Amino acid sequence: MPLIKNAAFTENQFVHVADGEALPQGNVIVSLKRWQAERAGLVTRNAPLGVRLNSDQSAEALAGDVHHFAVIEIDFPKFRDGRGFSSARVLRQRLAYTGEIRAVGDVLRDQWLFMKRCGVDVFEVRPGTRLEDFRSALAEQTVFYQRSSDLHRSIFEHRHAATPPY
Amino acid sequence: MYRYDEFDQKAVDERVVQFSGQVARRLSGELTEDEFKPLRLMNGLYLQLHAYMLRVAIPYGTLSSKQLRMLAHIARKYDKDYAHFTTRQNLQYNWPKLADVPAILADLATVEMHAIQTSGNCIRNVTSDHFAGASADEVDDPRIWSEIIRQWSTFHPEFSYLPRKFKIAVTAAPRDRAAIKVHDIGIIIRRDAAEVLAFDVYVGGGQGRTPLIGHMIGEAVPAEDLLAYLEATMRVYNQYGRRDNIYKARIKILVHQIGADEMRRQVAVEFAEVKAQGALALPQVEIDRIAAYFASPAFETLKDKSPTTANHAFGVWLENNVAKHKVPGYAIVTVSLKPIGGIPGDASAAQMDMVASLAETYSFDEVRVSHEQNLVLAHVRQRDLLSVWQQLDAAGLATANYGLITDIIACPGLDYCDLANARSINIAQAISTRFANQDRQREIGELKLKISGCINACGHHHVGHIGILGVDKKGVEFYQITLGGSGDENASVGEILGPAFGEADVPDAIETLIGVYFAQRSPGERFLDTYRRVGIQPFREKLYATH
Repeated sequence: MPLIKNAAFTENQFVHVADGEALPQGNVIVSLKRWQAERAGLVTRNAPLGVRLNSDQSAEALAGDVHHFAVIEIDFPKFRDGRGFSSARVLRQRLAYTGEIRAVGDVLRDQWLFMKRCGVDVFEVRPGTRLEDFRSALAEQTVFYQRSSDLHRSIFEHRHAATPPY
Repeated sequence: MYRYDEFDQKAVDERVVQFSGQVARRLSGELTEDEFKPLRLMNGLYLQLHAYMLRVAIPYGTLSSKQLRMLAHIARKYDKDYAHFTTRQNLQYNWPKLADVPAILADLATVEMHAIQTSGNCIRNVTSDHFAGASADEVDDPRIWSEIIRQWSTFHPEFSYLPRKFKIAVTAAPRDRAAIKVHDIGIIIRRDAAEVLAFDVYVGGGQGRTPLIGHMIGEAVPAEDLLAYLEATMRVYNQYGRRDNIYKARIKILVHQIGADEMRRQVAVEFAEVKAQGALALPQVEIDRIAAYFASPAFETLKDKSPTTANHAFGVWLENNVAKHKVPGYAIVTVSLKPIGGIPGDASAAQMDMVASLAETYSFDEVRVSHEQNLVLAHVRQRDLLSVWQQLDAAGLATANYGLITDIIACPGLDYCDLANARSINIAQAISTRFANQDRQREIGELKLKISGCINACGHHHVGHIGILGVDKKGVEFYQITLGGSGDENASVGEILGPAFGEADVPDAIETLIGVYFAQRSPGERFLDTYRRVGIQPFREKLYATH
């Protein structure tokens, strides 16, 4: 599946490795379960590491560990399953994670902006997705009532700020 | 009332453009109905039995005359000249065409209105006390806080794909007119010993398939932390609310399964984290800015002087539909949308225009929608009551039944709704017609009768003093009766009497229940009081002995 980062298509530099499979050389993404079981070995590898959170796995499970990861992948098994939005916020705001957060799975065009606001910066999209669609979807709303992981000033803050809003 | 600033207006205008694009993609076939569904639902557009239905948000039930006129205009131009006020203080159009919906939303945006988050698994329109700002028993205007919550919850990036829909209600009076204990979150605003505002947060109430009363999870949350506390509660729910079964996905099931103490603990942990980030602390300057919009209108200095009248109909209306105002010389008028034999909550475009004019002339340009599906003119001078009544009467809006047995709440039921198992409107009409006699209604006194056409309970039957639930038995409509529900500060869930009745037998059954009440009641007791004292047995025995 194509990946979009910074409003451009990007190559996937990581390989997903299933739980029983031997680890290849290079960049890998492992499950949370494998991370927890093989932590000691994984941290000594000399390649960027990624971990995958299923929607029923709390980001809190990575508390204290986020600096080990170049990628944290959040799975959205169905677009209606919105747990990943909370995971992204917890990673960014509570655990201060600054690496890549990927949203993968069943993601709708009209969810990209909310995901970005929650802290997702890499999006797995359906084949055939056009970049201009992606850009326009992110531009559909420009004022926000909440401060979220994207650190946009909220409307509450804009109202009482000295500097112009747009 | 609140007025949009440039930011509020921009947010709504952008949404109109966005949804117009989505509708265009649907009409061109680029989006399938399945893909379009969550998008239209976020904009209040349902697909019902016969047509699309558009639900317009009326935040905490407050409207200006201009807004109400626009609602009338839309009914006239795009619909069948009427609309339906709902139990969530919203308004529904039953027959809009999909291609017209972007134009309707654009019209709404010109009067600072929208249909955002009136459906879908998100935080819905915030509801509140329809007597806010007018009733003497409130400690603050709950609409200030409802508006703050409305803004915070609008397009919330984290909480737009919750396990299930989420309803928040706010009251600031000890007498709960907003049924806060049967909401996902209910907030009671009070003042502490030092006269400082304190927010008690009840979580996990609700009706539907599993009616439950909310538990106090947050006690005396300070004003500046209100949003942080709500965000913490929502995050616990978003992560741990059930998603495997749509019928067990509301927050009430989570609270019920883990217990109120565990819920309180989890929210407290999350609250500490959210608070530590600081971003949600409400600045006093912003609270003050919003509060200023709800400052009392320029009331004249008057003395209380109720009109005296020889006109019987006016006198009865005064007694039933006019409530005490906090300011001397003023009164709160309930405009009943429950004409005898009519459809509860429906109003024609002409009636909406009429109420808008009355509000403009007599009530500081403000109309309220109550969750009981009536309209309210909150600030009428007592000396204007006769003129107001005369004009309402001429428009068929002076039914003097507020709080009486014919002031029935009913959902649209199987006449419109895709989810319904049975009709509701027919039952409301039959009961209303049976109990039309004014003297008899008044003799029965306060009686809240509520009808739902399915277990989702949009007609609030669980909290009706008498509740009626429509069920389907092999293709035939039957009606199950419950007794003793209440949505007020002493909230309770009604108890099922016994086997359901056929459509034709419901009015007689209600008649029998009223007979038992008359036989059992002590002086001064309402139906609910008598029920609570004597229990269900006398009602059950008589009802099933007779039928």
